[in-house]
Amino acid sequence: MKKMMYISAVTEALAEEMERDESVFVIGEDVDIDGGVWNETAGLLERFGAKRVVGTPISEGAFTGLAAGAALTGLRPVVEFMYGDFIHVAMDQVANQIAKARLMFGGQAKMPVVIRLCACGAGTREGAQHSQFLESWFAHLPGFVVVAPSNAADGKGLMKSAIRSDLPVVFVESRQIYYDIQDVPEGEYTVPIGKAEILRPGEQVTLLSFGYACEKARQAAEMVKDKVDVEVIDLRTLKPLDTETIFKSVEKTGRLIVAHDSPAMCSIGAEVVRRVVAERFDYLDAPPVVVASKDVPIPFNDELEDYTVLSVQDIVDEIMKISVGII
Amino acid sequence: MKKSSVASPSAEYFYRWMLAIRHSEQKLKELYIDHKIKGALHLSIGQEAVPVGVCAALSDGDKVFSTHRSHGHYIAKTHDIEGIMAELLGRATGCSNGYGGSMHLYNYEKGFLGGNGIVGGGISLALGAAFSAFYQNNGQIGVTFFGDGAANQGILHETLNLASLLKVPFLAVCENNGVAATTPVEKSTSETDRTKLAKAYKISSLSADGSDVEAVYAAASKAVAHLRAGKGPFLLNLRTCRWEPHCGIIKDTRDQKMLDDWRTNHDPLNVIAGRYPELLSSELRAEIGREVDARIEAAVAEAMTAPAPELAEYKRNFGV
Ligand SMILES: Cc1ncc(C[n+]2csc(CCOP(=O)(O)OP(=O)(O)O)c2C)c(N)n1
Ligand SMILES: [Mg+2]
Repeated sequence: MKKMMYISAVTEALAEEMERDESVFVIGEDVDIDGGVWNETAGLLERFGAKRVVGTPISEGAFTGLAAGAALTGLRPVVEFMYGDFIHVAMDQVANQIAKARLMFGGQAKMPVVIRLCACGAGTREGAQHSQFLESWFAHLPGFVVVAPSNAADGKGLMKSAIRSDLPVVFVESRQIYYDIQDVPEGEYTVPIGKAEILRPGEQVTLLSFGYACEKARQAAEMVKDKVDVEVIDLRTLKPLDTETIFKSVEKTGRLIVAHDSPAMCSIGAEVVRRVVAERFDYLDAPPVVVASKDVPIPFNDELEDYTVLSVQDIVDEIMKISVGII
Repeated sequence: MKKSSVASPSAEYFYRWMLAIRHSEQKLKELYIDHKIKGALHLSIGQEAVPVGVCAALSDGDKVFSTHRSHGHYIAKTHDIEGIMAELLGRATGCSNGYGGSMHLYNYEKGFLGGNGIVGGGISLALGAAFSAFYQNNGQIGVTFFGDGAANQGILHETLNLASLLKVPFLAVCENNGVAATTPVEKSTSETDRTKLAKAYKISSLSADGSDVEAVYAAASKAVAHLRAGKGPFLLNLRTCRWEPHCGIIKDTRDQKMLDDWRTNHDPLNVIAGRYPELLSSELRAEIGREVDARIEAAVAEAMTAPAPELAEYKRNFGV
C-alpha cells in the first residue's frame, strides 16, 4: 500500500497498462500539456511519447470517432473528456457508433474503448453545464459497461479492468474525490467489473451508493449508528449491476435506500429498486427509496446548489423514515 | 455613464468601456481571490478591444451569443455592470437572477443571449437568431463570439456552411487569443487564418488587429453594413491576447516574454490613448477611471447587500 491521491492512482493504472500493452493510448484535450488540467496524465507524455499521449484540439466528435476507429483496428484507447458534461458534443460517436458496433456487426467487431468522464458532479459552483453526473445515460444505452469509483484504490483497480475489457467502458469520475489521499495497492491490482463492495456491514438498512455519494452515505450511516445499523454498499460497477450482493443485503435487512448525486428519474437507483421489487419483493419490510439530487439543472447560487444536490442530511432523513417501526 | 451614439463612437467611448471591462474584471478577480465569487472565472483582460469594437457596431436588438469568457462581451453589449457583479456574487439581482454565474450571463433586452459553458455551444444558436431575424425581417443580426479553440469544433463548420446556404444575417467573430486552455493555436489548428475558412464557405470576411478598438470597430461596421443589406453572413478574424491564466488564478504555462510584449506593446487601452494624446488627455483618462471605478464599487456594494435568490421561489418555479 501507498498513500496517494485518487487522481494519481488512476494515472498509475494508465501508466501500468500502457507499459503492459503497447496498444493502449490516451487521447483528449490537453492530456499532453503539463499532465492535463486535473494532473490526470502527469508523467505519461514523458514516459510514453506523443504517439501514445495524444493531445487534441477541442474537437470531441472527431477524437471520439478516432478512438472508435482505432479500437476497431486493434488499439485500446482511453478517451478523456475534461468534464463529463462535454461528452454530449460527441454523442453520435458514443451512442450510435461505439455502443452498437459489436452487435451490428454480428459480434465480430471489438470496441475496447474506455470513455473517461472526468470531473463529474456538482458542489463547486460551476453552474449548470459543468456539474452533471451522466451515468444513467450510458447505463440506459445498450452496449456499455459503466463503472464509477468512489476511492483511490478502486480508481486504479477499475481503470485497469476497464482498459482490459473488450467491451466499451464508461468510466464515471467524481471530481470531489480527485485530490483525496488514500491507500492504494502497489503494482498489479485490479477491481473486477460487476462486483460491489460492502463499505460498512450492517443489519437493519441497506444503503447503496456509488462515486462521491458513497462518502455521503458513509457519513449518514455514522450519524445514525446509535439508532440504526446501516449496511453501506458501494456499487462500483453500475452496469452490469451486482445483483447478488444487492439481493443478499436486502434479504438480510428488508430495507433499501439508494443514494446518488444524479436525479432519481430514470436513474441507477430507479433500476436497483425495480429489480429488488421484481425479484425480492417478499423480503421487503418497507417501500424502497431513491434519495438523489433534485430533478433540475444545477444552479449557481450557493444556497440553491446546496439545496439541489444530495446531502448527508437528505440520506439521514430517509434512513430515519424507512426505519420507523424498528427504532 | 452615457452611451455614445452607435453610429460614431468617440475615442472617449471606446476608452471608457474598455476600461470598464478591465476594471470590472480586476474587481472580479479580487472578489474571486477573497472567495466571494465561486466557481469558474475566465477573465478577458487584454482582450477588451474585441467586444467593445464589435458591440459598438451593433444595436440593442442584435443578438449576441457568447462563450465561457463572456464578461467583456456582456459589458460591451449591455453596459450592465450592476447585473454582472450581482450575478457573479450569486444575487437575485444578477442578470441571470443568481442562477447562472460567470459562464451563464443573460440579458434579453440588451440582446445578450447567453454565455456558454460548452466550447462552441453558442455558435449554432446565433445562426438560429440570424434565421429568426431573417424570418421576421426585423433587420437584426445574430452574432457569435468564438475562440480559436472553439473553431476546431465541427459545429462551427456546419454552421458556416448552413449560414452561407441560407444567406441569413449571421456574424461570426473569431476571438483568436492564440491559446485554448493550455493548447497553443499553432498546435491545435491547421489553418489559423479564419478568413480562408470563410472563403471555403463563400462567406465574406475581414481580419483586424484585435488590440486596436478602432480597427475592430471599422471591420465590424463593414460587416454590419453587409449583413443589414441582406448580403449574407460575415466572419471577423481578430487576433488578441488574454493576459490572465485560462481560468481563475491557476498557473499560466505560457511564455512570459510573449505576454510581456503583448502587455507593453498591444494594450488596447494604450493603443487608443497613444493615438489621441489630446482627446484622451491624462486628466480625462483619470476622470473616466474615477467614474468607472465609482460605478463598479457601487455595483459591488449594492450586490453585497442584495438578497440571494429566494429558495421558495426556486422550488415553486422549477418544481423541486
Ligand atoms: C465542449 C467543451 N470542451 C472543452 C471545454 C473545456 N474548455 C473550456 S474553455 C476551453 C478553451 C477554449 O479556448 P478558446 O475557444 O480559444 O477560448 P478562450 O478560452 O481562449 O477564450 C476549454 C478546452 C468546454 N468547456 N467545452
Ligand atoms: Mg483562445
